[in-house]
Amino acid sequence: MLYALKIAGRYLTASKAQTGLLVLGVAVGVFIFIFMSALIGGLAELILSRTVGDIAHVSIQAEPEDPALLLAGSPLLVQQKSSTTAANLPTAANFIALIESLPGVRAVSPQISGAGFVTHGAQVAQVSINGLMAGRESAIANLDGYVVEGTARLGAGSILIGKRLAEDLNLLLGQSVRLSSTKGIETALTVTGIYQMGAGGPDRRTAYVSLGTARTLFAMPQGLTRVEIKLTDLYAADAMAPQITALTGLTAKSWTVDGAQFLEALSAQAKTGVFLKSFALITIVIGVASALLLSTYRRRPEIGIMRAMGASERFVVLVFVLQGALIGLMGGLLGAALGYAALLPFPAGGQFRTGSLPIDIKQGSYGLAIGLTLLGAILASIWPARSAAKVDPVTAIGQ
Amino acid sequence: MSALVVVQDLVKTFGAGLTETPVLRGLNLTLQTGEVSALLGPSGSGKSTLLTILGTLMQPTSGAHQMLGCDLVRASDSARTAFRNQHIGFVFQFHNLLPDFTALENVIFPAAIRAGRETAVAQARGKDLLARMGLQDRIHFPTAHLSGGQKQRVAVARALMNRPELVLADEPTGNLDRASAGQVMELIAQINQDEGTTFLISTHDEKIAALCARQLVVVDGQVQG
Repeated sequence: MLYALKIAGRYLTASKAQTGLLVLGVAVGVFIFIFMSALIGGLAELILSRTVGDIAHVSIQAEPEDPALLLAGSPLLVQQKSSTTAANLPTAANFIALIESLPGVRAVSPQISGAGFVTHGAQVAQVSINGLMAGRESAIANLDGYVVEGTARLGAGSILIGKRLAEDLNLLLGQSVRLSSTKGIETALTVTGIYQMGAGGPDRRTAYVSLGTARTLFAMPQGLTRVEIKLTDLYAADAMAPQITALTGLTAKSWTVDGAQFLEALSAQAKTGVFLKSFALITIVIGVASALLLSTYRRRPEIGIMRAMGASERFVVLVFVLQGALIGLMGGLLGAALGYAALLPFPAGGQFRTGSLPIDIKQGSYGLAIGLTLLGAILASIWPARSAAKVDPVTAIGQ
Repeated sequence: MSALVVVQDLVKTFGAGLTETPVLRGLNLTLQTGEVSALLGPSGSGKSTLLTILGTLMQPTSGAHQMLGCDLVRASDSARTAFRNQHIGFVFQFHNLLPDFTALENVIFPAAIRAGRETAVAQARGKDLLARMGLQDRIHFPTAHLSGGQKQRVAVARALMNRPELVLADEPTGNLDRASAGQVMELIAQINQDEGTTFLISTHDEKIAALCARQLVVVDGQVQG
């Protein structure tokens, strides 16, 4: 092995220009592999952060109650169901600590939600009211990150509204509004923060208040309307939801129940990435195989001499496979270094800049690229190596 | 002296059908341990084919070939390869050195592929052989920088590296000037005396053949002499 490695190394250094070009070719393939990995991984992360990143991965909501009978004994005459007031989860608050202690749970947000109206002077706007627990304002949607004026912190008497709503109602930070719920309860609040998510719906129609304010507005001294849970791995939601249901007796729902199409799109994107990376690998394999085949042809007389001196077929195979491995390793390392250098200007950790490529340097799959290139180069060299080992020494020496 | 190589009724035919060409026709030959023999004969008489078969690089069409008591006709390819490495040395007309390696690396090649590495013992033996060839100042020279005569002496040293019982030399002086040819033949005689190595030298040169103890002539695919 050691001696075969020496011969393989000597063959590579004997024709430096040819070896350099070959290594460069492999490095370009590895560079493409790494760049595509970082781009596709970054794109997926961007899409996730812009979509699933701001929603609950698992949510607990009360089952809708049966409508009340208007005439005793007659199920044909019932009260119309309210579409603006969610059902109450009277025991949910007891399970918050338990859910938080589950492995894989990143954050839990107990909420009271419902519909209402914001009034500023003569202007009125319908809104969805979200009552959040103080200190957990950014547990699900990153409100801290979206606030453009003021703060996301919610206290008694404060309200956080979207920028579009503020524009519609000519509201400025620090001004007072009146917020009334569908229960007919009204309260005066001060705008302590204005956010901008970039989506028309939430920016115009969602107002955040403290959980205490929401309790008052919806006359709910106890209980919650919804518990939202964020996981460290969003793909674990399907397994986590039934686990939470079993532990609490409450109905927990995974985000994938309503996001199947989105999940399919993500999967298709991942498959596209695999295809593109596979093509880069195939290019590497073909390049190494053709170069080594050429090398074995050029070195036929030398192979014949080796065989005449008593070198076994296995030894000859080893020499050329090691050549392939060395080319793969050098090309892999060079390509990975070039790839890393090219990705350095892009911000790390998914902090994407608007207008630039959504590249994540951490998702370059450097080790995988080097490992697969090495493996590919070894596999690519087997055929030329076996062909070299079959050289007839008598014919080869006579050439 | 004892018989080192015994060949009986050796037949080698190339091609088949209309293109069938018999080269060796029931050849018989015995080489004694320690003798230096010249193999003479016109071009196409089968000298090179005989050397190739004796060197286990080619299998005969039929007949028996034994060396050191081993049946080399029935031996597997890997067994013949190992046997060749340990017991047979080759010197070719065109030196056939590995061009990307130094003189010493070329000489110790047969020992290195046997051991899997270049051992200190092999290096010492290689240096000693090159010194005996008068190449002590060319040990680390790339072979491309050596003259034709020097290359051929490196090739002789390489053939002797594993202390083979038999060295087969195919026109070893055919490509050398008279002085270099004389040097190579002197070295062969010296090695034969020092190590008792058996040499079979194919040549067209009657003067070279006259330096050998025995002359064998291949005529019509058979050995005379």
